[in-house]
Amino acid sequence: MPPAIRLKDHQRDKRLIRQRLLAATVFILLLTAVLVARMYFLQVVQYEHHSTLAENNRIHVQSLPPTRGLVYDRNGVVLAENRPSFSLTLTRERAGDWRQVLDTLMEVLELDSEEKDTYIKRIEQGRRPFEPVPVLFELSEAQIARVAVNQYRLPGVEVEAQMVRYYPFGEQFAHTVGYVGRINEDDLKRLDPVEYSGTHHTGRLGVERFYEKQLHGKVGYEEVETNARGRVLRVLNRVEPQSGQDVYLSLDIRLQQAAKKALDGRRGAVVALDPKTGEVLAMVSEPSYDPNPFVTGIGFKAYAELRDSIDQPLYNRVLRGLYPPGSTIKPMVVLAGLDAGVITPESTVFDPGFYQLPNNSHKYRNWNRGGDGWVGLELAVARSNDTYFYDLAHKLGVDRLHEYMTLFGFGRRVALDMFEESAGLMPSREWKRQRYRQAWYPGETLILGIGQGYMQSTPLQLAQATALVASRGKWIRPHLARSVGGEPVTDPEPLPDIQLSNPEYWEYARKAMEAVVHGARGTARKIGQDAPYRIAGKSGTAQVVAIKQGERYNRDKVQERHRDHALFIAYAPAEAPEIAVAVMVENGESGSGVAAPVARAVLDAWLLPPELEGPPELETDDMQADRQEAALAELPESREQHQ
Amino acid sequence: MSRSFDPSLGQGDVFQARVSLLQRIHIDGWLLLLLLLLGAGGLFILYSAGSKSEAMLIKQASSFGFGLLAMVLIAQFDPRFMARWAAPAYLAGVGLLLVVEVMGHKAMGATRWINIPGVVRFQPAELMKIFMPLTIAWYVARYNLPPSFKHLVISLVLVAVPFLLIARQPDLGTAMLVLASGLFALFLGGLRWRWILAALTAVIPAGFVMWNFFMRSYQKQRVLTFLNPESDPLGSGWNIIQSKAAIGSGGVLGKGWLQGTQSHLDFLPESHTDFIIAVLAEEFGLVGVCLLLLGYLLLVFRALFITLHAQTVFGKLLAGSLTLTFFVYVFVNIGMVSGLLPVVGVPLPFVSYGGTSIVTLLCSFGILMAVHTHRKWIAQT
Repeated sequence: MPPAIRLKDHQRDKRLIRQRLLAATVFILLLTAVLVARMYFLQVVQYEHHSTLAENNRIHVQSLPPTRGLVYDRNGVVLAENRPSFSLTLTRERAGDWRQVLDTLMEVLELDSEEKDTYIKRIEQGRRPFEPVPVLFELSEAQIARVAVNQYRLPGVEVEAQMVRYYPFGEQFAHTVGYVGRINEDDLKRLDPVEYSGTHHTGRLGVERFYEKQLHGKVGYEEVETNARGRVLRVLNRVEPQSGQDVYLSLDIRLQQAAKKALDGRRGAVVALDPKTGEVLAMVSEPSYDPNPFVTGIGFKAYAELRDSIDQPLYNRVLRGLYPPGSTIKPMVVLAGLDAGVITPESTVFDPGFYQLPNNSHKYRNWNRGGDGWVGLELAVARSNDTYFYDLAHKLGVDRLHEYMTLFGFGRRVALDMFEESAGLMPSREWKRQRYRQAWYPGETLILGIGQGYMQSTPLQLAQATALVASRGKWIRPHLARSVGGEPVTDPEPLPDIQLSNPEYWEYARKAMEAVVHGARGTARKIGQDAPYRIAGKSGTAQVVAIKQGERYNRDKVQERHRDHALFIAYAPAEAPEIAVAVMVENGESGSGVAAPVARAVLDAWLLPPELEGPPELETDDMQADRQEAALAELPESREQHQ
Repeated sequence: MSRSFDPSLGQGDVFQARVSLLQRIHIDGWLLLLLLLLGAGGLFILYSAGSKSEAMLIKQASSFGFGLLAMVLIAQFDPRFMARWAAPAYLAGVGLLLVVEVMGHKAMGATRWINIPGVVRFQPAELMKIFMPLTIAWYVARYNLPPSFKHLVISLVLVAVPFLLIARQPDLGTAMLVLASGLFALFLGGLRWRWILAALTAVIPAGFVMWNFFMRSYQKQRVLTFLNPESDPLGSGWNIIQSKAAIGSGGVLGKGWLQGTQSHLDFLPESHTDFIIAVLAEEFGLVGVCLLLLGYLLLVFRALFITLHAQTVFGKLLAGSLTLTFFVYVFVNIGMVSGLLPVVGVPLPFVSYGGTSIVTLLCSFGILMAVHTHRKWIAQT
């Protein structure tokens, strides 16, 4: 049976709609009555209240800025705190002609007229009506007194006590903790205008920047009734601000200071990680600068001095310094070779002092021109034999080399919580095609195998690669913060661990690195001689200027600033690693001679009880000879540009 | 209208016999009079709210004039013609919304405008305020009332698509008005009470579950701030605190034209646009507010009268939903400014500064006039 066809019943439809219109009319009348009632309530019942508010000019909402969270080291030593400081504010709406008031103020405080534009800019940045804008910071007692005496000439000007950030250790933590700076117009576009309505500073660099959200806290406010002159008559309502969360760093101030001391005034970088946890134990970039002037606004001259200094104190060498890693990548290259099967623990290469590609006359030289003879894995690392690694890199090829080195963190950002980390550069065929529009040359693979050529890495990447060897491939991204607001820091996107086809390979890399420090022919055997624990290490040199084919590196001819950078990586104790270190000394020339002792000092400071610090060193003729040989070992022949 | 009539009479004869001049040009006199009164009153208030800016006044007046022209033009179309073009209009409107969405993504920010420089510049969301009730009225009127479950679901999808697109822009005020206009057409079409009740009762436990099990504390905070702006006095709550003080200090008779202190001392942000009722309330008091509400009510009642006497179901649904949406403007705006409702951007009809909403509103009154004046003196079949 077909379904019954329903005809349109217009009368029924009309009735239905009429009912609905009736219902709608009732709603409309009800809602209108609600509006009238609301207006009656506001305008008649509450008339007195509102009219007083409006008459007395009125209610103001003042934001109550939250107290910024503190930053501690792992022992609970305060690295960033808040100190009360007096600043001078001006409220445009209360000042009348505020430019006139500013002139008077400058006359009263005898301020430098050149800074006038800065003050005007600050005042014009005011965001909401009747908001006091800070003009001057850190007033002295004398200045406060002068303002008080001349108050009648300075309408709208007030002296306010504020909490201002202070870094008690000055330059020691500028490159890690960073600093806060005054909120500028660019920041205003980025920051929540409500949350920052009472705040004058925001994190600029380092931990202060990365953990800005947690450190800042939540804004509170106060609804106050004021008279026409802006005096607060009473508080109508107050919601307390919530302080920012405290951040505990994994840095250890003693280790930090030991590292700085070990660098002994040289330019350079030291990073120490805990390979088990990924915590950064020390992170030093020297020279540094005092962050405190940046908080209140550093003067133009002082800033220019820092910026233009040849020593580049503002430059964070740990995170942004890019250096060819040199021979320090050899342990990782060995692991790549073993895993890919192009070398075995037993295979050897004959070193006549150079390496040649088939059908090519170019000689890629070992640093030891006489050659080391038959070289196996362990000796190749211990002696830093270049020929062995030319051969290994050639067999591995650039593609696999790139792939393995990327696993070790080269060419990408490794840190979990550091601001403005550089990714470095791990070259590949693809990269060279895009960058230079050129094919990859086989010779470039060879020098990449000894960490030279296009490759660039940061000291942090070197430390992380070392930690990976120490922890047998366990990937934990290095982080500065241990806990934020009491919560431990966790990695939201952990990276996969490095899986080798045979876990035994890690042992070969460790033994080879131990041979560097403790072996009879190791390049850094000097630092291993009196060590109460076993160290696994590797030295390296990063060249600054290229040297022509056939020419030898002659330190006397090279200007001090063009000398090679000295590198050393190490972890200890070798069998149960507790600390992994990377050291870079700018223009230090010798990885084993200059950088290795710095690394040793840092390891000692962490592993030895303070009272048992190593005995004073005895200089012998023997050791001096060793040092010279070791220094020589770090001068790679690849400084010859092979093209 | 199924009265008998003499079939020998031509249509023209009937018109001449019964129809006034205004009706011949398809204009409803009552609506026109009330609209002109409200428009004039609006300009009067705007002069004070806009700090006596004549440029603003001229701009607003010309928008009103342009809107009146559009209204007269639209009134010439037969509603049956409109019904035929409902579906294509809907599709075009949604298409334009999609274009805006895509362009907005390209420009890396929200945009509501379609802008062909030198030719035209408009917000597709505004078009939807007309197309939405048109579409639902057309769709529901095709079948027997009340709509079956299937047609209800299809109608809801038709409403949801543009609503979500506009809400994403994000323009919550307009999205809500578009949503309301579609739902009103369904309501008038006889959407069963028990379904309405079921939907309302489902919302409460669903909200309860969401609140307790799914929402994080910052999301809860955002909802709370939205529902109670006064808890956020540094943000949107500032406006409400100030507008309440402005309204309350007006008292019964107000402080007099141009005498409002809150609005003239810049305490009241947006005083010439969404918050303009606060200026009226401060300067003309409760009396002024009631007069304005009376004006709106008269307009709404005339429109409801037109709805009741419309000849076709389509005409009734269209006219009714436009009327109810108009009232939503009034209620939401005044409710928001007086602190009863959350702050969403809805202007006060014919008073708030801004040409777009005036033109759109006058267009919808043009449709009402068309429904009222294009009558066929034949029995409906």
